[in-house]
Amino acid sequence: MEWFETWALTLIVFLPLAGALLLGLIPGQNEGALKATSLLVTALAFVLSLVVIGQFDFSGVPYNTYQLEVNETWIGAINANYHLGIDGISLPLLILSTFVMVLSVIYSLNHWEEPRNPKAFLILMLILATGLNGTFVALDLVLFFIFFEVVLVPMYFMIGIWGDRSPRRIPGFGREVQTRLYASIKFFLFTLFGSAFMLLGFLALYFASGDASESGVRTFDIVELTVLGSEGAFTGSFAFLVFGAMFLGFAVKVPMWPLHTWLPDAHTAAPTVGSVLLAAIMLKLGSYGFIRISLPILPDEAANWAPAIAILAVIGIIYGSLACLAQTDMKRLIAFSSVGHMGFIMLGIATLTDVGINAAVIGMVAHGLITGLLFFLAGSMSHRYHTREMSRLGGNMKLMPVMGGILAFTAMASLGLPGLAGFWGEFMSLVGAYNPLDGLSLGVFRTAMVLGAVGTVLTAGYMLYMLQQVNLGEPGEEWQGRQFHDVDRFEMTAWAPLVVLIVVIGFYPKVIFNATTESVVSLVEMVFS
Amino acid sequence: MPFTIDYFALMPELVVVATMLGVFTLDLILPRARKYWTATMAVAGTTLAAIPLVLLAAEGTTRSMFDGSYVVDEFAVILKGVFIVSAYIVLLMSHHYIESDRYYQGEYYFLLLASVLGSLVMASSRDLIVLFIGLELTTGPLYLLTGWRKGDAKSNEASMKYFILGILSTAILLYGMSMLYGLTGEVTFAGLAEATMGMADEPAIVVAVFGLIVGFGFKISAVPFHFWAPDTYEGAPTPVTAYLSVNSKAAGFVAFLLIMYQALPGLSEIWAPALWLLAVLSMTVGNLAALRQSNIVRLLAYSSIAQAGFMLVPFAAAAVAGADLAEAFSATVIYLVIYAVMNLGAFAVVIAAARKTRSGEIRAWSGLAQVDTRLGVLVTVFFFSLAGIPPLAGWFAKFAMFRSVIIAGGTSTVVLAAIAAVNSVIALYYYARVVKSVWLDDPVGEFAPEVEAAPAGSLRLALLVALAITVVIGLFPAIATFVGDASRVIASGG
Repeated sequence: MEWFETWALTLIVFLPLAGALLLGLIPGQNEGALKATSLLVTALAFVLSLVVIGQFDFSGVPYNTYQLEVNETWIGAINANYHLGIDGISLPLLILSTFVMVLSVIYSLNHWEEPRNPKAFLILMLILATGLNGTFVALDLVLFFIFFEVVLVPMYFMIGIWGDRSPRRIPGFGREVQTRLYASIKFFLFTLFGSAFMLLGFLALYFASGDASESGVRTFDIVELTVLGSEGAFTGSFAFLVFGAMFLGFAVKVPMWPLHTWLPDAHTAAPTVGSVLLAAIMLKLGSYGFIRISLPILPDEAANWAPAIAILAVIGIIYGSLACLAQTDMKRLIAFSSVGHMGFIMLGIATLTDVGINAAVIGMVAHGLITGLLFFLAGSMSHRYHTREMSRLGGNMKLMPVMGGILAFTAMASLGLPGLAGFWGEFMSLVGAYNPLDGLSLGVFRTAMVLGAVGTVLTAGYMLYMLQQVNLGEPGEEWQGRQFHDVDRFEMTAWAPLVVLIVVIGFYPKVIFNATTESVVSLVEMVFS
Repeated sequence: MPFTIDYFALMPELVVVATMLGVFTLDLILPRARKYWTATMAVAGTTLAAIPLVLLAAEGTTRSMFDGSYVVDEFAVILKGVFIVSAYIVLLMSHHYIESDRYYQGEYYFLLLASVLGSLVMASSRDLIVLFIGLELTTGPLYLLTGWRKGDAKSNEASMKYFILGILSTAILLYGMSMLYGLTGEVTFAGLAEATMGMADEPAIVVAVFGLIVGFGFKISAVPFHFWAPDTYEGAPTPVTAYLSVNSKAAGFVAFLLIMYQALPGLSEIWAPALWLLAVLSMTVGNLAALRQSNIVRLLAYSSIAQAGFMLVPFAAAAVAGADLAEAFSATVIYLVIYAVMNLGAFAVVIAAARKTRSGEIRAWSGLAQVDTRLGVLVTVFFFSLAGIPPLAGWFAKFAMFRSVIIAGGTSTVVLAAIAAVNSVIALYYYARVVKSVWLDDPVGEFAPEVEAAPAGSLRLALLVALAITVVIGLFPAIATFVGDASRVIASGG
């Protein structure tokens, strides 16, 4: 299908935006039309991404060849083009993005947070969808930067308007601030700071590509830059500075310790759907950036930085887990668990091997599904109990058996129980750490592996701790005699596919590996040998 | 020696002069109640002036008069276009504002058009004298316009401060210019460029260049010559402030660009480091001061100071040996064009919001989106565009700025780029604070009822034009790069 090949990715990226514009025209009172339009648009994007799977060529295609490519001139003067494409690494992530988005819309259909404004919320979700989908398929640095930044504004408003309104005192500030206001601006400033330096890195690459390429033409194209980079065109202190600049941008998004401090505040303060989208998809933008941009274009520098990244990743795992154990707020615990899990993903990337990067990709997909579901559950529970304090939440299993069951299942998946999706990310990144790329310090990586293994124990520790506090035991006095309605149809429709996928990927990870392995192996071969 | 006058090249200026005189005459004839026709005439005249401009652009030839002192080339045509479009938007903003204020109307439009004429002259000037005439014609009427509200103490203060500091810096500017003439014997930029090659180690030249920097620095409100800006912006009527922050600043930048890149490229080792310092100071002081502001116009004043700093950043690239001056030049022009549109939009929104909140304080804007969602969206668009968030136009301005310094290479420019990056993040805080007030806070106090607070048709049009350009350039920056490329003719010695 000729037209499909040229239009598929553009449609997947821009349909949600078109939907947002359409929603702008529908009056706010007509909720039925609003819900129908947004559901239609996100479902359509998801279906298109499924068709993309059908059209995708899974046979061994070398890295740096992309499918369903679109390459049109956009800003000719600086050679920044509208270049979209998909390969084995971005395919699972794109599906994850469209999938979680459509489930979030389904969940939202009868779950609106105060102040109730379905129109505004859905418009922001759709703009966010465009930014997320776009980042995964962009093959031009300027386009990547645009989509990377576009996600900031909708998320800022989602946290700012619908977030947690409880006041908190920030150390060093005189007066109390509402959590949502603090969290939203902190998130915005932090990520913008990283992105500003990332942009400088991109510009430096653009500038250097002119010298490095034979034609002398400067380019922002990721494909061309990868070719130059894998040939070793970018070296020395220049490469160090550029990698550092891009590292700042991606590391804030991942988030890597010590640039993670925005995450607990943002995740806890955000409305349920906001947290889900943030955790399930937005965090992946950073690690995807590492795999797609940093590693292929600056391979030697990546090898230099790899031990440092591994150490930071492991610190993230341990720190995240220990912080989780100290939490009393359920959502904040899950937020810190994201820091820990992304630590495993970054450890996988830092090994610079096919095993490690493969682990990272499947870890990203698994984390997206699992933590997304965890935040859905936390949100639903806090909606019913009107509290997130785990000390008050005991005995959930007795009050809401179905929700408790799904919570137990997801917690098990999160702690890496074999047979469920989370296992592969953790396990394979540790395996990868045992045998990093030739030339990388074995000492550092094997120590990282051991510490990571300790981290898995801690992960199990805090997840089981959460389960015990929340699910098990007897319901508290205050809940006596109250009826809690268990999982309703919208929630079930949104969550069942996630549960199924977590099991399927857990038992048959080939679902993901079929797409990623070829690309990852070929990436490592092309770039690191 | 008879000079031939190319009337076609002068057509935009002549139309503006005719409009000025027409407005003046109309003001004499019209009764009080009908004085707003002067505004309509001014708008019509400005639109008419755009026609010969488009024809000149389409024709594309460079027209030179008075021995190369007055040139209408691509750069001049583009800048004149920018001045005309921004004047048009300011006139739309002023239409209802001045009328409802019930102060002198005909005189207002006459003076504003005189200022526009000055900026048109400046865009074409290619020697020191014509440049000075253009610059003074731009700012002279503004001394009067800022003090328009004669009964208001703040307006008088604004005008006085602007005037006193203005003539002081003009005196220093003239001193610098006369020294340049004295040392080289040349007045035209082409002549100066030749004569100053290799004169960089003469102490007297350094004094001359610094005189120029002081004079122009005042006009663009760069730190440490910015002290007039917050008070003048706050005291002046808001359309005049908009004009000051856009046209007057742009005129100052045009002067800077012309002199530094065309007249004194050989002295770049003197002015580029000085401008590096000016850029860093302006960005930092402007941003840090803006963080503390509670009045929206003062916030925008400090934000303009910081934006002037961003626009000065590419100048510093010229300090790096072998740098592509054309690249740096076009980056500033691109930033200028985008900044003009964004800032005008921001001020138009301020006028529209002031009608609802009846106050200049940012606190009064709390919860504005709850009563008027469209106004809230406009606030978001313009303020986030100023912050440089994609997909609104401001991102490309920042991008072009960063690009020009990274491409130049060199440690000082990379450091400058890092400082600029940090400053853009700081700037976001106060822009986002305004947006946050509008959307996230609950209203404090009463808003004016819709009936009396609805923006006038002309203001709506101004907002629409600014919004359209901001969004379109954000999505299709090729328009802005076209502007930048076309203006390169100056820096490559054209």
